[in-house]
Amino acid sequence: MYVAVKGGERAIENAHAWLDDARRGDRDVPDLGLAQIREQLALAVDRVMAEGSLHDPDLAALALKQARGDVIEAVFLIRAFRTTLPRFGASLPVDTSQMQILRRISATYKDAPGGQVLGPTFDYTHRLLDFDLAQAPDVPPAPEIKAEPADTPHILSHLGAEGLMQGEGPGGPEVPDLTRTPLEFPAERALRLQALARGDEGFLLSLAYSTQRGYGRNHAFVGELRIGHLRVSAHLPELGFEIEFAEILLTECESVNQFQGSKTEPAQFTRGYGLVFGQSERKAISMALVDRALRARELGEDMDGAPAQDEEFVLSHCDNIQSSGFLEHIKLPHYVDFQAELELIRKLRRDAAARQAAE
Amino acid sequence: MTDYNFAYLDEATKRMLRRAILKAVAIPGYQVPFSSREMPMPYGWGTGGVQVTAACLVPEDTLKVIDQGADDTTNAVSIRNFFARVARVTTTEATAEASVIQTRHRIPERPLTDGQILVFQVPIPEPLRFLEPRETETRTMHALEDYGLMQVRLYEDIARHGEIARAYAYPVRVEGRYIMDPSPIPKFDNPKLDRSPALHLFGAGREGRIYALPPHTRVESLDFEDYPFTASKAAGQRCAICGAEDSYLDEVITDDAGGRMFVCSDTDYCATRVAAQAEDAA
Repeated sequence: MYVAVKGGERAIENAHAWLDDARRGDRDVPDLGLAQIREQLALAVDRVMAEGSLHDPDLAALALKQARGDVIEAVFLIRAFRTTLPRFGASLPVDTSQMQILRRISATYKDAPGGQVLGPTFDYTHRLLDFDLAQAPDVPPAPEIKAEPADTPHILSHLGAEGLMQGEGPGGPEVPDLTRTPLEFPAERALRLQALARGDEGFLLSLAYSTQRGYGRNHAFVGELRIGHLRVSAHLPELGFEIEFAEILLTECESVNQFQGSKTEPAQFTRGYGLVFGQSERKAISMALVDRALRARELGEDMDGAPAQDEEFVLSHCDNIQSSGFLEHIKLPHYVDFQAELELIRKLRRDAAARQAAE
Repeated sequence: MTDYNFAYLDEATKRMLRRAILKAVAIPGYQVPFSSREMPMPYGWGTGGVQVTAACLVPEDTLKVIDQGADDTTNAVSIRNFFARVARVTTTEATAEASVIQTRHRIPERPLTDGQILVFQVPIPEPLRFLEPRETETRTMHALEDYGLMQVRLYEDIARHGEIARAYAYPVRVEGRYIMDPSPIPKFDNPKLDRSPALHLFGAGREGRIYALPPHTRVESLDFEDYPFTASKAAGQRCAICGAEDSYLDEVITDDAGGRMFVCSDTDYCATRVAAQAEDAA
């Protein structure tokens, strides 16, 4: 009877065995290969890489398989792996204007140098279930044309050339690292962006949406959204030159927001910025809106207590590994504390009853 | 990956943690920010304690892990197995044999001794958090020793309930300076902190804070002269297994007709007493 309250070593082992069994499911169904996940559930893989802060599609696919498709659990597996990796240094900043474009749209200009490319988007699909997909149909390759290599300068750079877009200034020489130094407030923008880039997509989506509905309202246009491949390089002091070591897929969003000017600055447009691993434009747009909202103080805008403008609120709560861990820990035993509460409630009730009887 | 470093964390991380621990020991009760790592168990499940333990362990250590006072609760088993695997240290369930004890929500009944380290898992390190949610504000309040808000809160409890209505995580004052959250231990355990010969370390992983009570530190539970602190537990009960009247008791429901029994929450304390009774009888 007493033993029943306590867990135990065997209970844990058996639970793990059951988990492994349940993960595999019906043995008559073929085991899911990592390549299948990487190729056919690519957007889930992208999300795991983005929020796991580690660009490795194969590991992300493995994490998704191990987590039975639970994305946050998969992100957790990647984070716990990532934290054990040594740091050699920082890459050189990537120049997103050099992107090999898969998709590039602007909501502010009908056309721009480099053109608009819809790319592989759900945007104009009708959300009708495609029952043919259930039958593993042969899918013909998409039509191709030979693209001329062309520069695709950032669309907002045209506004910048006219002086209408606020410049961002050079970054500091040292890249701040959220995972190596404790987060302290106020946090500089580079650090905020780092936190948002690994922040939970759902949380940022809701916060961004709240700014659209008037909680810290600052109307945003999608100045440009681009998705494409970029090479990443680093400068190795031992070699004395740069080497390219990876090619990654990135989604970048630059929002254009009005700014009516302040005592020191003329009226101009300002920018919110989002950059995410993989193809994840919902996250990139959300990030840009929240980034812009978090600039309210620096721009001297009205702060009316909107959550999206509150740096401490946003950065303390955007990490889904922290939030899900703490949320779920309440299923751990708390019977010592509960016992203490129980005694307190009983005592308060006794005292109150005694007082009532005396009156 | 085939193998992990001793006690899982890499040496640079352990050095960072040890620096934070040393600073915490130098300023008793002060919350030192540290760069918490993702651990292979979730935030909220003892990652702060695990990191502090990892930074303290040496191969000669003997480790005990308890949760709710018990060595066999699932999370205690899980953390003990983790260190048995990644640090290959000796583990024990005997409080007296352990050089490092990681705990959640309890302090062992058996008084700790010189040289022992007790590592607490801390969910919310900031004792002022539920009075003021902003870290920027609470850090300033600590710096200025501005604790009026806490005193008012405790006073309001007395005004409304006739006593301070806090049963666990009962705030303490350390060496007359910092107000500290002793982690969610029942207030029954608070007096054990005062002038203990052991080193008490507190790790909050998700919040990235470490704080400490060096040996023999003065620790006072907050109270008022006319409403002194009392360390309470189940009134008028004794352990159904070992008969102890001086230990903290868990209430166990035994049937659906209101039947219940009380047993020691500290399983080692209980088992040691039962063994001693058997020896006496023999």
